[in-house]
Amino acid sequence: MPLDKKRILIAKPGLDGHDVGAKVIALALRDAGAEVIYTGLRRSPEHIVRIAIDEDVDMVGLSILSGSHKELVADVVARLKNEDAGDIKLFVGGTIPDDDHAGLREAGVAGVFTSEMKIETVIAEIERQLT
Amino acid sequence: MNDVDSNLARKSSTPDKPTNDPLARTPSGIDVPVTITPDMAGAVEIGAPGQFPFTRGIFENGYRGRLWTIRQYSGFGTAETTNERYRFLLDRGQTGLSVALDLPTQCGYDPTDSMARSEVGKVGVSLSNLAEAEILFDGIDLSSISTSFTINGTAAIIYAMYLAVADKQGVPRDKLTGTIQNDILKEYVARGTWIFPVRQSMRLIADSVLYANAETPRFNPISIAGAHVRDAGANAAEEMGYTLANGLAYVDEFKARGGDVNAFAKRLSFFFYVHMDLFEEVAKFRAGRRLWAKLLRERYGVTDEKALRFRFGVVCGGSSLTAAQPQNNIVRVGIETLAAVMGGAQSVFTCAFDEAYQIPTETSAEIALRTQQIVAHESGVARTVDPLGGSYYTEWLTDRMEEEITRIMKEVDDYGGVVKAIEDGYLQSQIAERAKERKEATDSGARSVVGVNIGMREKSDTDAGEMFHQDPETVRHVTEKYERVMADRDNAAVGKTLSRLQAAAHTDDENIMPHLVECCHAYATVGEMVAALKAEWGEFQEPIRF
Repeated sequence: MPLDKKRILIAKPGLDGHDVGAKVIALALRDAGAEVIYTGLRRSPEHIVRIAIDEDVDMVGLSILSGSHKELVADVVARLKNEDAGDIKLFVGGTIPDDDHAGLREAGVAGVFTSEMKIETVIAEIERQLT
Repeated sequence: MNDVDSNLARKSSTPDKPTNDPLARTPSGIDVPVTITPDMAGAVEIGAPGQFPFTRGIFENGYRGRLWTIRQYSGFGTAETTNERYRFLLDRGQTGLSVALDLPTQCGYDPTDSMARSEVGKVGVSLSNLAEAEILFDGIDLSSISTSFTINGTAAIIYAMYLAVADKQGVPRDKLTGTIQNDILKEYVARGTWIFPVRQSMRLIADSVLYANAETPRFNPISIAGAHVRDAGANAAEEMGYTLANGLAYVDEFKARGGDVNAFAKRLSFFFYVHMDLFEEVAKFRAGRRLWAKLLRERYGVTDEKALRFRFGVVCGGSSLTAAQPQNNIVRVGIETLAAVMGGAQSVFTCAFDEAYQIPTETSAEIALRTQQIVAHESGVARTVDPLGGSYYTEWLTDRMEEEITRIMKEVDDYGGVVKAIEDGYLQSQIAERAKERKEATDSGARSVVGVNIGMREKSDTDAGEMFHQDPETVRHVTEKYERVMADRDNAAVGKTLSRLQAAAHTDDENIMPHLVECCHAYATVGEMVAALKAEWGEFQEPIRF
């Protein structure tokens, strides 16, 4: 399995309640061999970073469909750095306009996934970066 | 982490034997013969339009008596900018308002709350207190329009605020028309703006519905919605099945709290998505309408014909739209509008073609509105009631959909009912599983989507054209107004109304609504009212499953 022994946190920051994308990716990552933890809805960046560190994950995937990705990502990145956990790879998925992708990468995001990407493409990219 | 019971029956709509022909099976898993003969069609009683069991529609004259309501969903940023958009839409022929609220308002947080700050004004307008509602409806006569609010967790509060605005405008309450969604059950399954535990939420909904029936008899205090479950991944039959199951759960609750089903059932309404399979969508509406009437008559002994009428609004677009080659969405929404109207919808919202990736611009919002006007005034489908009625395929598929919907409702019943299925996270897992199947089918090409797996372009640009840009000053502006209200109001009076609200919540049987209206008049905030209720009721503990 490509993602054997990898620990991955899938998180829903902020108030957005659309969790299907997060769950579909969580199921696909599990099928690819990863140990997946899902936070459930409405988690603060602080809470997400705490779980990421406590659970010693290799990657955090944030699912955001509310348009608040810039603010929420900046918050999570800053908190990971403060906790000396900058080595945890951060990915973002959801409704992210093309124009914002470069800015998110500059802010420290390893990859941006949108709903029309194939699942196998998403998994392959995560695998490439985690192994 | 996945702890879905493996012994639960898999849905039969999952293909047993995969077919290679995408034309052979509907999205709900019904195998369709190449030819449907007259003897296969219409085995179930069809009846006449306007008569039980209402297969052909709830009115005998269809749209000749009254056209459907064209109702576009809009709202963003501040109450001022949204008020401007409403006046723009009303000026261009829209006949009802539909209010989109931001997530803090929907989840019960004030704009200054740390959970809220990054989301103020993002997916709708921020409406934290009566002062904002007064701005939102400034210059709009509430007795002459109908207003629909997509609000659930805080629906009772927003409805109370609407009554308070009407009181201040001097509009008698019995003149108010409109709808609050107020359907919490599907929030736990798909949309996520729950606040309180399931059973306390059901009480709050019963309080608001029974209060509304008495105070605002022309207002729809609940719109039982399948749309979000559908958009999350459920197929058309599941959308209808889960929604009717939820509808029956509400009927039971309202009855248990003293409501007369012959009275409150008249003001129940429903809300669905229309996706691309035209005939299946029409059949879904015809089957759902017939089944609801039969269930109310058989299970609850409803005798009033008006209470048996299944009234519904629809939204066209959603996850059937693509970010790739977005102009194609204009065609999709056009076909979906036809399905909605030939299915007999009472109100239609058409998504803008760019809605797959942004808040619509004025141009895209206008095209969405024009699409409905073209269907209404040029296509001729409104000319005669139920124009597809009697078609072999339509009648055959209506019967098959009714069977499938009935089977899905029984599955939920067998599990122990919707409340238990939600508390356990069972329905949530079903939807996630279904979403994964749909995604895999799209990835593999088994489900055809033009621009995504057929007729793709090399370059994956979205051809967005004009972009909507949100005013970066929104949060600051909303916060300033909020602080001004907090400084100007009579805090002692607010405290008293909030205490009375909490005391009512402590009882099992006192109606909460009069206290919410009183709180709104005193300029208590949404966050404060929610906090008072949470203090008595606690919060929903989400079963985390995928």
